[in-house]
Amino acid sequence: MAAPKKSVAKESGQEKAGSPPEFTKEQELKALRDMLLIRRFEEKAGQLYGMGAIGGFCHLYIGQEAVVVGMQMALKPGDEVITGYRDHGHMLACDMEARGVMAELTGRRGGYSRGKGGSMHMFSKEKHFYGGHGIVGAQVSLGTGLAFANRYRGNDNVSVTYFGDGAANQGQVYESFNMAELWKLPVIYVIENNRYAMGTSVSRASAQQDFSKRGASFNIPGKQVDGMDVRAVKAAADEAVAWCRGGNGPMILEMQTYRYRGHSMSDPAKYRTREEVEKVRHDQDPIEQVRNRLLAAGASEQDLKAIDAEVREIVNEAADFAQHDPEPDPAELYTDIYR
Amino acid sequence: MPIQVLMPALSPTMEKGNLAKWLKKEGETIKSGDVIAEIETDKATMEVEATDEGTLGKILIPEGTADVAVNTPIATILADGESAADLAKAPAAPVPQPKAAEAAPAEAKAEAPQPAAKAPAAPATEPLPDPEIPAGTEMVTQTIREALRDAMAEEMRRDGDVFIMGEEVAEYQGAYKVTQGLLQEFGARRVIDTPITEHGFAGVGVGAAMAGLKPIVEFMTFNFAMQAIDQIINSAAKTLYMSGGQMGCSIVFRGPNGAAARVAAQHSQDYAAWYSQIPGLKVIAPYSAADYKGLLKAAIRDPNPVIFLENEVLYGHTGEVPKLADFVVPIGKARIARAGKDVTIVSWAMGMSYALKAADELAKEGIEAEVVDLRTIRPMDTETIINSVKKTGRAVTVEEGWQQSGVGSEVAARIMEHAFDYLDAPVARVSGKDVPMPYAANLEKLALPSVAEVVAAAKAVSYR
Repeated sequence: MAAPKKSVAKESGQEKAGSPPEFTKEQELKALRDMLLIRRFEEKAGQLYGMGAIGGFCHLYIGQEAVVVGMQMALKPGDEVITGYRDHGHMLACDMEARGVMAELTGRRGGYSRGKGGSMHMFSKEKHFYGGHGIVGAQVSLGTGLAFANRYRGNDNVSVTYFGDGAANQGQVYESFNMAELWKLPVIYVIENNRYAMGTSVSRASAQQDFSKRGASFNIPGKQVDGMDVRAVKAAADEAVAWCRGGNGPMILEMQTYRYRGHSMSDPAKYRTREEVEKVRHDQDPIEQVRNRLLAAGASEQDLKAIDAEVREIVNEAADFAQHDPEPDPAELYTDIYR
Repeated sequence: MPIQVLMPALSPTMEKGNLAKWLKKEGETIKSGDVIAEIETDKATMEVEATDEGTLGKILIPEGTADVAVNTPIATILADGESAADLAKAPAAPVPQPKAAEAAPAEAKAEAPQPAAKAPAAPATEPLPDPEIPAGTEMVTQTIREALRDAMAEEMRRDGDVFIMGEEVAEYQGAYKVTQGLLQEFGARRVIDTPITEHGFAGVGVGAAMAGLKPIVEFMTFNFAMQAIDQIINSAAKTLYMSGGQMGCSIVFRGPNGAAARVAAQHSQDYAAWYSQIPGLKVIAPYSAADYKGLLKAAIRDPNPVIFLENEVLYGHTGEVPKLADFVVPIGKARIARAGKDVTIVSWAMGMSYALKAADELAKEGIEAEVVDLRTIRPMDTETIINSVKKTGRAVTVEEGWQQSGVGSEVAARIMEHAFDYLDAPVARVSGKDVPMPYAANLEKLALPSVAEVVAAAKAVSYR
């Protein structure tokens, strides 16, 4: 496996690649805070998993934070978000409460699904987060259906449908692409290319490794985006949102990103080298990029530490809640099957 | 010798059709491939092409004739050198095949099978009045196809969030003409032709339902829904539970299920047992025209995912449907279709046709069978079954599906659990045979249950 490129920003179109538009200080601070929240949350989830407080599968988002945070900065209330099983970051970015997410991970009654969904299956109608889906690729058709509902109702909401480089090889993805373009549905397909579908690298699984071209035969425009740079993500998201709200149909954004942790907690880590992971962490970490820019622009260590402290408090409180909240009432076994 | 032109079948299940128009006159020269006539059913018109050359000798069935049976001679063609005087030599009409055996088998998608118009259908037994229908209600006679269309149209008028999507539901007017006229009334926004992409459009439908719309997803047949079954089960059925009650899914998956006629193994499977196993789904499999209508309306209104299993053979059958502004049959209630005291026959959907005919046969031998039409497979109306078995002490289940882990097995287990002490004999199951559906007419008949098998089972449990 080749070492990751230093800068992965590359557009599949004719536009000249360059530095993305600068953020304002407020935007940088917001991005830093939101990405830090995800990272600290996921680190804590990893700890709790190790302690046996979280069971089953637990897929951490560490390394990929810029994708969901940058996308979210381009959305408005009402836009829907749907993703696969690596979903904790998406929920936090959608402003769902950390304690509710963590309590679902520990299977407690205060969890978003009252303890019945777990890590891969959480939802918030209020925050327009439609899951959290455990079947690889299923969310792509579902997210297309959310866009269908927007079109049916004639509103201007956009469905942001996330999936990975692995899911991009599922058949229903292309069935969905076809219908989305045919019916001009407002859906942004965000392909989070973290280079590995479980333990299989993109080069071992994908005949077309440029995922921005995966919609080409349906005439869906696509872009490759440096998914480690939150500004690049935000800029691409702005463009895609405008395209979709303008009634032009779907758009594909390939986010070139990287996950630092294993696929799940039981990852043997035999499919890539330690050096590869370390190099991305060192050279491209999305949080360090923002921190360094803020410091260069004159922010004080003190300011940044305050953000750190705030985030740690949220995460610690969530972990505390998630470990002390009672398990679901046994009567919950038979609720929520029909309504 | 003059050649006879026979009434052709438009589909595997067509039994009769109308001779709409003659395009050639007597005495006209005919070349192979010439269109000589038009025939029609209530869902389709088709041109009859000559397969022989010669002169149109005599038209035997005038245009405008309705209900001409398949294989009836409709004209004779004189070969070169023959004259009208030779007409008498034409062979006698061949014996009609039992099941339109000469019909071309339906192509899966390009040529959807087109069932017969208004085929004679009324079961030999008059069903008991339905308690859901107020006494004195005026009844109208319509085909099950029309009953389904009316149910959808009424619900679409009532609720703007209801829409239908599927293959050929709009411009083609439905592969089986079930959606006839819906595009004209509701427009392309609400009557949506999809590409042939079951997995994808099932997922799109579920996503739209999660967003609060109420889709009706038509599968051209449930055989094709196997491509979509992950979305039906993992997404539609389980999400309410996995979301702690936040995100439901009001959606109907409907289409023909089970054996049609001569379409072989991949197009002839009964999925009632498969879907009935899934908590979170409701599964409906009606038999009568009134139930088709009233239960489809209930399914569309239900806030849960509903599997609505239809039967292609029944589409053209007629029945009595109450003329009410809003006729809805509750989900989860079985119906006593025929009262009796000696043996309980539990069935549903197409199985009811065997059950009711068997009850007629049994009555001739002095055995009064009580026939329970389950109508809904999940949730199952155990109470009605058990009450009947407590009365009769004997039970037979009848289904076209396979026996292992079948719905009949579930019925038998419930009877054992709840009425063991009332049973005078073990429950008998009559079902489809444990084989993929064969194509050959004789083998297909053997693979399906028969009235004789139901009669034999009922007599066996009655020790007669």
